[in-house]
Amino acid sequence: MSVDTNTVKRIAGLARIAISDEDAARLAPELDNILGWIEQLGEVDTAGVEPTAAVVPNATRLRDDVINADPLTGGGIRDLLMANAPEAEHGFFTVPKVIE
Amino acid sequence: MADLTDLGVAAIRDGVRVGAFSAREVADAFIVNVSRAKQLNAFLVETPEHAIAAANAADAARAAGETLKPLAGVPIGMKDLFCTRGVPTTAASHILEGFTPPYESTVSQNLWDAGAGMLGKLNMDQFAMGSSNETSYFGNVLSPWRRSDGGNAPLAPGGSSGGSSAAVSARLCPGATGTDTGGSIRQPAAFTGISGIKPTYGRCSRWGTIAFASSLDQAGPMARDVRDCAILLEAMAGFDPKDATSLHLDVPAWEHGLSNSMAGKRVGVPKEYRVEGMPEEIEALWQSGIDWLRDAGAEIVEVSLPHTKYALPAYYIIAPAEASSNLARYDGVRYGLRDLPEGAGLQDMYAATRADGFGAEVKRRIMIGTYVLSAGFYDAYYTQAQKIRTLIARDFERAWEQCDVLLAPTAPSAAFALGEKSADPIAMYLNDVFTVPSSLAGLPAMSVPGGLDKAGLPLGLQIIGKPLDEQGVLNAGLAIEERAGFTARPESWW
Repeated sequence: MSVDTNTVKRIAGLARIAISDEDAARLAPELDNILGWIEQLGEVDTAGVEPTAAVVPNATRLRDDVINADPLTGGGIRDLLMANAPEAEHGFFTVPKVIE
Repeated sequence: MADLTDLGVAAIRDGVRVGAFSAREVADAFIVNVSRAKQLNAFLVETPEHAIAAANAADAARAAGETLKPLAGVPIGMKDLFCTRGVPTTAASHILEGFTPPYESTVSQNLWDAGAGMLGKLNMDQFAMGSSNETSYFGNVLSPWRRSDGGNAPLAPGGSSGGSSAAVSARLCPGATGTDTGGSIRQPAAFTGISGIKPTYGRCSRWGTIAFASSLDQAGPMARDVRDCAILLEAMAGFDPKDATSLHLDVPAWEHGLSNSMAGKRVGVPKEYRVEGMPEEIEALWQSGIDWLRDAGAEIVEVSLPHTKYALPAYYIIAPAEASSNLARYDGVRYGLRDLPEGAGLQDMYAATRADGFGAEVKRRIMIGTYVLSAGFYDAYYTQAQKIRTLIARDFERAWEQCDVLLAPTAPSAAFALGEKSADPIAMYLNDVFTVPSSLAGLPAMSVPGGLDKAGLPLGLQIIGKPLDEQGVLNAGLAIEERAGFTARPESWW
């Protein structure tokens, strides 16, 4: 399989990264080369092998069902959460118009 | 008095305890070294006030006759991947420029709770993606080492924890934090003649550490010797309810458990790590490591890890796949950079922000990750890679039937010159050929300096251990350290 310029543009679109025609043309052979190198994995017989889900066995924990168990990850910290927003107004994150 | 910046973590801790010098004197000495080393570009942010406050607290505690905390008086460097409250944290990216975390990562908080102070935030490869520290938005870190041929070619300090490795080896701090996703603690440690350990996955909390590939990311210390690594790791590790993959286990007393005897231990030498084209000097160093461990009482056995050659390509599916998902959060809305072209809609804003904010290597990996996870390719790439990961972990499990630790080189070469490999992504990725397999299996692994190559550059030996057996790894590291007698250090030119 080979990665062409159109594929690069499609992938960049999925990844929400703006890309120029020149950059797409430059990246196509580069990604093709990397993916070609990765393709050797196809030669490994993995029939009956379970894909890794967790690298170290670990049981999922439940925490006590209490509100605001950790003040930093609980609620009531709106201003703190928004302190780093590039543009926030009246306690809301702002974005450009979404609906036409 | 000897130069305080020549002292490591243990010596500083012990000296402050007995009053041989004050914590403040130590902090001041390192602050001066940091301020004089701008050329190395190891620090992104300097925080002398943090180091001084911790030092003053240690001195006050001692004056009041209190028991000192485990790291009282020890100033350290903090990789910029760890969020630090009130101190800008960017992961060396443009997209997080101006981000000041309102919270503290668990690992850094653990270190402050243990009495350590922070000299500053350390430069790194952008989002920890790189093996030479050449992907930082804020410029390359220069290794303090130079080749002995008299040439002044600036060398890579390794990556992604390149600011950490440069700072420790240049005596800008006695120890530093690193993070290791596929070798980012061990390879830079090897390149700069210092030690570094990646613990078992889950030992150190990932909470507040900027995510790259969550199933692989693990924090660990980098310092001048094995004992210092043990001390720092004890402070960094520990169960954290805020990280779902954190291991609910007590932290062993690794420093207390240090032993240089390998009697009764079996050391495995994986034959698949003897790769084609391996430089003779690496081969010779590996043999020295074998001899040293045998001298320490170990039995040496050859073992086979048959899927080794597939580890790197599997890693370059799994890590970018996870990265493409983790880095989706940088959207120009909640924090960091926003690039809003005139008249742009929401989707255009996302795309413009991310195009502007991510560096070339980060974009490359996000694109690879997006590709391998996209409809129609998911099974062929991602599922297949995760199956191979199972086989790699199984290789290690079988090896543990024959041995207690594994010994291998850390990296396939000594430090290379900046720019030497940056044009060829795969050549750069191959740097991690010996470190990636243990990352995929979540195993503890460490690099210790073994010697110098012909050009006078450090070479590292790697010890890989069973899950949760950091002690076995540290002890083998200590046995090598004592026999290697590595005392070389870069001469100051900066």
